[in-house]
Amino acid sequence: MERRRFLNKLFAVALPGGVLGIVLQRSRARAETSGYDASKHYYGMGIQVDKCIGCGRCVEACKDENNVPREPFFFRTWVERYVIKGNGEVVIQNIDKTISATAEVIGERDFLRSFFVPKLCNQCDNPPCVQVCPVGATFKTEDGIILVDEKRCIGCRYCIQACPYGARYLNPTTQTADKCTFCYHRVVKDLLPACVEVCPTQARIFGDVRSTASPLTRFKRMNKLHVLKPYLNTEPKVAYSELDGEVR
Amino acid sequence: MKIFFSRIPDSLVRLCIVFAVLIGIILVVRAVLPSSLTDHTLQVQSTVEREAAKPLRHAGSEVCADCHEEYQVKKVGYHRNLSCETCHGPAKEHAENPTVVKPSLPRMREFCVRCHSYNPSRPTGFPQINPAAHNPLKPCVTCHNPHDPKPPTVPQECQGCHAEIARTKALSPHVQLECTTCHNVPEGHKTSPRSVVASIPRERDFCGKCHGKNAEVQETPKIDLLTHGEKYLCWQCHYPHMPEVK
Repeated sequence: MERRRFLNKLFAVALPGGVLGIVLQRSRARAETSGYDASKHYYGMGIQVDKCIGCGRCVEACKDENNVPREPFFFRTWVERYVIKGNGEVVIQNIDKTISATAEVIGERDFLRSFFVPKLCNQCDNPPCVQVCPVGATFKTEDGIILVDEKRCIGCRYCIQACPYGARYLNPTTQTADKCTFCYHRVVKDLLPACVEVCPTQARIFGDVRSTASPLTRFKRMNKLHVLKPYLNTEPKVAYSELDGEVR
Repeated sequence: MKIFFSRIPDSLVRLCIVFAVLIGIILVVRAVLPSSLTDHTLQVQSTVEREAAKPLRHAGSEVCADCHEEYQVKKVGYHRNLSCETCHGPAKEHAENPTVVKPSLPRMREFCVRCHSYNPSRPTGFPQINPAAHNPLKPCVTCHNPHDPKPPTVPQECQGCHAEIARTKALSPHVQLECTTCHNVPEGHKTSPRSVVASIPRERDFCGKCHGKNAEVQETPKIDLLTHGEKYLCWQCHYPHMPEVK
């Protein structure tokens, strides 16, 4: 008899409690998503390779905006310099703040062509990093941006290995994976990502991939486009124009 | 059947009961627990909110226009598409607290040179200088207004802007020729170099005046224009500024 009464009381408390919990959670969730409607947006970026002057302002602005560690091996966005030599050899350098590469190439003529390629997270539609995360800490938002939950991330580096573009790094202060978010805190306030804002030559174009009239749509209409590593079926949302075949 | 059950060892039966109870508990808990506790969407949502609430550092150039009239000057110059924060750094704090926090004011030569030093990887036509040869040690702002940048005086020599070409030409067989021998330079080119452009020779006969079989000039390599190079213009194979004119 004792046991039966205990079980009865247990169910009497647990059931309404559970129902109440569901209702409370739902109503809270609805209240917090006011102002910005993620379902109305789907972000992408265009990069005009032939406009990039390799000044590295985007890298600096990104580090300022997102508190990326200053050391020259932590990047959310970075700029690569490609030099294709006469014998077909490809030299790739990472342009850091000082562009020390400038001095050594003045007067050098032993190359066929050379250019800068800005890189960042491609915000893949089919992201390998999301697939491999063992704790579900990284995910795609409704507006198409891949984010990392730094409270869930256990810092196992699996996603860093899985990203074919090398867009992720392990933040040394939080010991969690970190990556470009298209400056999510800016785009929800209708501002441009920091790198797009400061680019002096408008090599980067940010916008909504679904919009019918926007700088990004115009860029996509007027240029021959390519994405990085299309054969991996990651479906990047960062499109490049004038991209050289040597760019990996 | 009864015999089969009675043959099962007692210990195994008890073990099965323990497992059955455990499975039962799991099923009950799963049924009772609110789905929001196991659901991923809340985790996702809290991350999205945390991400969206991160502090801004860059204010965006529209904000600057409210107070600074330099913005109107900048709007028509070559730097019209630059955001203020490209040079002055992140200025959100300055926009909120204009008298206390001041944005950076880069006056060092190294700053401008980061975009404007010569680098062969930069796109053709982007204004570049050789910092070692171009008024060394002078800060750029003494001659150029960064909000409306243009050459302070009309360049007298072509090499004021085309230093790289001038230096390679100095080693080439064409060193004795003036730039204007081959290029027709309109007067306006010196003040608005991108809208008024200098001409480049577009006929084979132009090179043929010195390099044709019957040219009067002595000591130049001669070829027969009719048989050499077919349909191509001369400079499509022989870049005339290069030392080797390959």
